Amino acid sequence: MATVRPISSAPSVHPPALHDRAIDNLQYIREAMERAEPVTVISGWGIVAAGGVAFVATAATLRTPLTTRWVATWVAAAVVAFAVSLGATIRKANRAKTPFLTGATQRLALAFAPAMFIAAVLTGTLLRHGLGELLTPLWLLSYGAAVTAAGMFSVRVIPVMGACFVLLGTVAAIVPTGFETLLMAAGFGGVHAVFGVLIARRYGG
Amino acid sequence: MARRAQALARSHPQGPGGAGGIKSQPTGDATAVDLDRLIHERMRLGIVSALAVNPSLSFSELKALMHTTDGNLSVHARKLEEAGYVTCTKSFEGRVPKTDYALTAAGRKALERYLNHMEAIIRATRDR
Repeated sequence: MATVRPISSAPSVHPPALHDRAIDNLQYIREAMERAEPVTVISGWGIVAAGGVAFVATAATLRTPLTTRWVATWVAAAVVAFAVSLGATIRKANRAKTPFLTGATQRLALAFAPAMFIAAVLTGTLLRHGLGELLTPLWLLSYGAAVTAAGMFSVRVIPVMGACFVLLGTVAAIVPTGFETLLMAAGFGGVHAVFGVLIARRYGG
Repeated sequence: MARRAQALARSHPQGPGGAGGIKSQPTGDATAVDLDRLIHERMRLGIVSALAVNPSLSFSELKALMHTTDGNLSVHARKLEEAGYVTCTKSFEGRVPKTDYALTAAGRKALERYLNHMEAIIRATRDR
């Protein structure tokens, strides 16, 4: 007669202790909150302010030919816009009493950085080769790619904003020279202003 | 509450990583008998946690955050809604239907209770 064996034998390892499971649950709650956090952390008003800085740069470069001064003005505007936007985001996090530097914001920054690094490297290369007219499509496309990638860790409106920049960058690559400043204004000014208001209204500032 | 959950989790970083469920075991002062089973389930705990740090989230935003299917999310969201932990608002964006979820005061309190419970379990086992 065949020997009878139980279908399920006793587990060979001890189940995790209650203490460990409680820690695991807290870890899970923390991660779920962090994943959802970029929604509230990114400041819509900060993005609107970045748009405002771009409009100022537009006014300063509207009648300027594509020279070093034009490039320097827009690079300076990018630095100011980034600082203003970052400051607004930190203020928003403080107001919401949530930490600014979390796993979620780190993932967001890591996704944003590569395309911006490529843009910085290629800006120098294009200027060295006297191809300044290619800077507008490069900047719009790179920023669009960076925002779309970072938006993967956020709400749908962020990657949609990135897609708008990619679209404008594509237009900038197609149209003849002479429209650089207007396209920069439409992208870094207009798109930022529209989506900034949208984010501020929907996601608390 | 977000800061508190994060601080609690950070102060106990050696979590095992497995999906453990709390059984009704005696743990000294902290027992799992009064554990809120409704939000103890992983998916529902995730939904409540995500809503705790956002005024509201749409169905598709929650789906992306939880990496789940439409069916699974709607089943769990409905259970939370029936318990009064979340509110569900249906509207139209143009012609596209939109469903938004928000955490109610009862839901926030339930999460707070759950965090207290986890904290009590950790404290009780550490004090032994």
